[in-house]
Amino acid sequence: MIQTPTMPDPVFDHRQSAHCENGVTANLFRFHGLDINEPLVFGIGSGLFFAHMPFMKLNGIPVTGFRPFPGVIFQRAAKKLGIKMKVKTYRDPEKAMEELDANLAQGIPTGCVVGVFHLTYFPEPYRFHFNAHNLVAFAREGDLYHISDPVMETVTTLSHRDFQRVRFAKGTARPRGKMYWPVSVPEQINLRKAIVKGLRKTCYDMTEIPLKFFGAKGIHYLADRMLKWPQKLGDRKALQYLGQVVRMQEEIGTGGAGFRFMYAAFLQECARIFGDERFAAFSTRMTGIGDDWRAFAYEASRLVKNRSNNGSDWQSVSASLHRIADKEQLLFEELYLLAKEWDKKV
Amino acid sequence: MKEKEVPQDDGMLQGKTRDLYYVLDENGNYVNALSTGWEPKNIVMQQAWDIINEAVAGVRDQVLRNEASTLLYHMEKNQMDVKLLSQYSGVSKAKIKEHIRPGGLEKATQAEKEAYADSFRISVEQLLKLDDPDSHHA
Repeated sequence: MIQTPTMPDPVFDHRQSAHCENGVTANLFRFHGLDINEPLVFGIGSGLFFAHMPFMKLNGIPVTGFRPFPGVIFQRAAKKLGIKMKVKTYRDPEKAMEELDANLAQGIPTGCVVGVFHLTYFPEPYRFHFNAHNLVAFAREGDLYHISDPVMETVTTLSHRDFQRVRFAKGTARPRGKMYWPVSVPEQINLRKAIVKGLRKTCYDMTEIPLKFFGAKGIHYLADRMLKWPQKLGDRKALQYLGQVVRMQEEIGTGGAGFRFMYAAFLQECARIFGDERFAAFSTRMTGIGDDWRAFAYEASRLVKNRSNNGSDWQSVSASLHRIADKEQLLFEELYLLAKEWDKKV
Repeated sequence: MKEKEVPQDDGMLQGKTRDLYYVLDENGNYVNALSTGWEPKNIVMQQAWDIINEAVAGVRDQVLRNEASTLLYHMEKNQMDVKLLSQYSGVSKAKIKEHIRPGGLEKATQAEKEAYADSFRISVEQLLKLDDPDSHHA
């Protein structure tokens, strides 16, 4: 079992995670007696994905995603493990804070969705108008709320005013004071079954969605599209598009290489849980693919840094992505077979 | 990635936290490791901030040429357009459009100025002027 860094805390066992959503989910589930870590939540929640969607733009740049939409991993993980959650959103900020206080008074650590722009403890360069960050509030002392934000190394605090502000951040996908907490955890959990279902979903998403934007096909699609960027958009904008891909891949929360290392860790857990060394072999291959993604990020960042307008540079990064796509296609096709085999046994 | 290869290239995290990575230890087992940053990430994050900072510098010049009020400057600095500022401040979009014109902010009521300042987490006094040019982050 992976040992995550822990901070001694009298009330809540804060463990740092790479990604906020996995981390909040794992920390909340563990509080309710389920022994689970981030890679397991990520794998069961089918967190690994790829999408390149030119029809959807963020700050004028096409969206490239290495994971499903916010909230999805958490919902899937809870459902597959049979954990019942209470989820609430609010119109009235005062009421949203009062109901949170009521939870905390009963000792219920509560997950909250917040915007990061006004999140006071966050490093400034990461404060964009992004409204799908997750954290856990676990206590209130006077004006201060004690916060376990899984991407932070230690627990932290927010004032009442600052907390209310981020819970009611404005703009795209407003959190509307959204909060959530487990209300019942089954006594018996079929972990293997949940894992197999998670595996099957990821393998399907990566190899069989019949649209060119998604899965391994989506990586090929991005690799083809980016060759046209310099001519279509001009060098400056083309490099901005490329930089955005790298940011999505390596930004706070992926554990490196667009979650590929986290998935490799999950596959290693599978080998242990199922006692099947074939999962360990897949884990090793996934690690190799993660290293390829890192090499791609390194190469792409060089283009950005040198303001490259060299056609052969673009050919080279595109070819790297095609190779990654081929490897992921093959890996998930084969992993799918193994998942189906286990599906009959669990 | 192996544990000993975890990059420690200081930068955007400003020492406020570290990134958690999944890496292989000497025995090939996955463990967690913390990183203060990675140069390729720092490069593409800086690229994103360069775009924002250039826009802020452009609006700053506009204000200095008296083509816009300081409100537009603070909006740009906070990556807010008229719609987003309207949502945060509760001031109507039409009024904001008036207030970003040269001299327009002087016509705003005290309550409106306070609502703007609060949206940017600054004082009304700061709202009515430009910051030092080198005070922008990243």
